[in-house]
This record gives sequence, structure tokens and C-alpha cells, in this order.
Amino acid sequence: MENREFFYRRLHSLLGVVPIGIFLIQHLVVNHFAVYGPESFNRAAQFMHDLPFRLMLEILIIFLPIIFHAVLGVYIVFVAKNNVSRYGFFRNWLFYLQRITGIITLVFIVWHVWETRVQIGMGTEELNYGLMENILANPVMFWFYVIGVVSTTFHFANGLWSFLVSWGVTVTPRSQKIATYATLLVFLAVTYIGIRALFAFV
Amino acid sequence: MAEEKLTLIVTRQDSPESPEYEETFKVSYRKNMNIISALMETQKNPVNAKGESVAPIQWESNCLEEVCGACSMVINGEPRQACSTLVDKLEQPIRVAPMATFPVVRDLVVDRSRMFDSLKKVKAWVPIDGTHDIGPGPRMPEKKRQWAYELSKCMTCGVCLEACPNVNSSTDFIGPAALSQVRLFNSHPTGEMNKSERLEALMDDGGISGCGNSQNCVQVCPKGIPLTTSIAALNRDTNIQSFKNFFGSDHAY
Repeated sequence: MENREFFYRRLHSLLGVVPIGIFLIQHLVVNHFAVYGPESFNRAAQFMHDLPFRLMLEILIIFLPIIFHAVLGVYIVFVAKNNVSRYGFFRNWLFYLQRITGIITLVFIVWHVWETRVQIGMGTEELNYGLMENILANPVMFWFYVIGVVSTTFHFANGLWSFLVSWGVTVTPRSQKIATYATLLVFLAVTYIGIRALFAFV
Repeated sequence: MAEEKLTLIVTRQDSPESPEYEETFKVSYRKNMNIISALMETQKNPVNAKGESVAPIQWESNCLEEVCGACSMVINGEPRQACSTLVDKLEQPIRVAPMATFPVVRDLVVDRSRMFDSLKKVKAWVPIDGTHDIGPGPRMPEKKRQWAYELSKCMTCGVCLEACPNVNSSTDFIGPAALSQVRLFNSHPTGEMNKSERLEALMDDGGISGCGNSQNCVQVCPKGIPLTTSIAALNRDTNIQSFKNFFGSDHAY
């Protein structure tokens, strides 16, 4: 195919928001049911579990997009030569943080999928409030999850900002600045939902 | 009154392959000196701070008024034009090094060929040559001319490429300068007639998709060119062009 790199990079940018970003928000909102008690969380988790064509949805909306985004993302991280020590501009720092949080998020997701979805799939664990309660009872894991969630929400919100630039939506410096504030609000809101759910398990 | 001396620490290299080294020079201070005049002072009598006679420092410069782009170098860690960098405004000792993104030819002389190759790649010109007079072209709206003029100030100095984290030896990213030139020539009423050729050059490997939005380029550009605005505008244009190419359009010229 022609213009392979261009196509892959645009696809990478798109997948980060649709479907991965949408899935992230959905996932954190469903987790947030834990705030209303174990029964409430179990009901919500069971509803997601019982969705028709669940495996297909998981593969097409979650696994394949994330794998593609992660593989190309790791490549993008390793070809950049970060220079924040020489050019300490705000956007350059966010460029650097986007790459750091990308790697942290990847490690976190691999771990998280392994100890939840994979274990449930193998039948060694059951999908319920108790699973997360046990994991988060360990303070080390709890803080690993806090860092993982904040890293993910940062990567999503800042990625949303670059999505708007890469797709030519925000062209003027003013629109890009307002998008910075808007994505900051997205970051705060999504982080609040995610972290509040984590605290509901302890 | 004792003569005032400046300390100049120059990163030197004798040939493209030889290792780099630092050499210190003491330069007689004059009022309103710039980096070029300080370097010229060392050339009068090329003796380093240890009193050894050395080969004179090599550098490039032409216009001496920040419009040619030849004298870009890294001065106290900042890539900029040596001609418009005044010694009085710098901290001492002054460190002068060649830009790291480009191959060093000798001392402060770097080879910026990749930038001129990029301009050829994206066809940064308006093609009007033919076998007969095709008459005057369409007129340009004044308002558009005003912002396009800002883009035309690019002097291919390479400072934006030096500051870009994605322009390095592991990528073939073309860099901000040539991207902005595509916007300039695509905004020209006659140049616009070949706009898809330039956009398609940017959609090639090493093209616009290499931009990671660190936005260092717009911060360091000595001419204040809105490089990131150009890149975002071209993101829009290349996306639209790719849709036109794939789905088909009568306006895909």
C-alpha cells in the first residue's frame, strides 16, 4: 500500500480516541458502580459480561486496537530523541510525558489484563467485587493501580489534544490553547471517576 | 585600563570523520560585538587560550542581518543565528557549537543539504515555465498575502530541525521548515494548481506524519514563523487529500 506510514500514524491517532478512548471512559464509569457498593458493581459487571457477542466486541473494540496502538506507539517512543533539558517548553514536556505515560500505561494494561480478564477466562478467578478487593488490599498493588490509572487518563487526555491537531481540527494557536484547557478538564474528570472507583474497593 | 577579554569555548572538529573537541579562545572585547565578530577576532591571530597557534576556526555566514540562515549555531545551548546574537546579552564563558542534527563539515560549518533536498522533494516552487506565454496568473487576496508573507521569511537556517525531538538519525522525518513551505506554495494562487503534488509528497514516508507535536519549532524559529499552525493546517489538507484520493474527487488536483 502507498503512504503506509501516513496511514498507520493516522490510524494510530484515530484508534486512541475511537474506540480505545471511548472504551476507557465506559470501563471507568462501569467501575464507578463500586462506589455504590459491591452488589451495584457486580450487577454492572455482570451486565457487561452478558453483552451479546462479547468476545467479538472485546477483540474488535478492545484487543486489536490496543495491540496496534501499543506496537506502533512503542516504536514512536523509541525513535524520539527527547530534549526537555534543553528545550523546557510546556508542549515539549507534554510530548515527553505522553511517551513516558504510554510505556507506563502499556505495562499497567498488560498486568491488569493478565490478573483480571485472563484469569477469569482461564477460570481461576471469578468476575466480581471480591476479585478487585483482593488485588487492591495489597498497598503496593493499590498504588500501582493509582499510577496506572492516572497515567492512562493523562495519556488519553493529552492524546485527545494531539488527535485534534493531527486531524486538522485545531489549527490556530488560540484553538490549540483552548483545547489544552478542555483536555485538562477531561483529564481531571476521567481521573476522578477512575480513582474514586479504586478507593471504593478499599 | 586593561583590555577586556571574552572567553569563547568553541566545539571544533577538523574533518567530517574526526572526533570533536573543545578549544578555548580569549577574544579582545569591543562594544556591540556579535558572535561573528568575536569569531573574526580569533581569525586575526588564531592562538588558543593556552597560547598555542592553531588552525583558524571555520564557520559560515553571509548576510549578517538574519535573513540568509547560514550562520546557525548552538550558542550557550540555544540554536540561533550567530550574526544576530549579541555578546553583551550572553553569559560568559560563551560556548559555541555546531548544530547536532546536521553532519559537521569542519568546526562550525554544517551540511544543511537535507533541507534543500526536502524543498525539492515537496516541490517548494511555483511551476510556470512553458513553451509559450500563459499570461498573468490569478490575483491573491491581500489578507492571504499577509499571512503567506510570514511563511516566506523562512531562510532554511535549520534551527527548527535542531530543536525537534523527532528529527534525528533514527527517523527520516522531513522537519518543520519544508512542511511550512508546502503551505506557502499551496496558498499561492498559481502554486495552488499543483497542490496535490506537494501534499502527496508530505504523505510519503518521512513526511508530515512524523510530527509529534512537541511544538519546539515554533518556539525557537528566529523568524517567528507560525510553524505549528502550518503543520496543523497541512494535517487537515493531507487528510482531506487522502480521502479525495481514496474515495475519488474531481477536485483532487
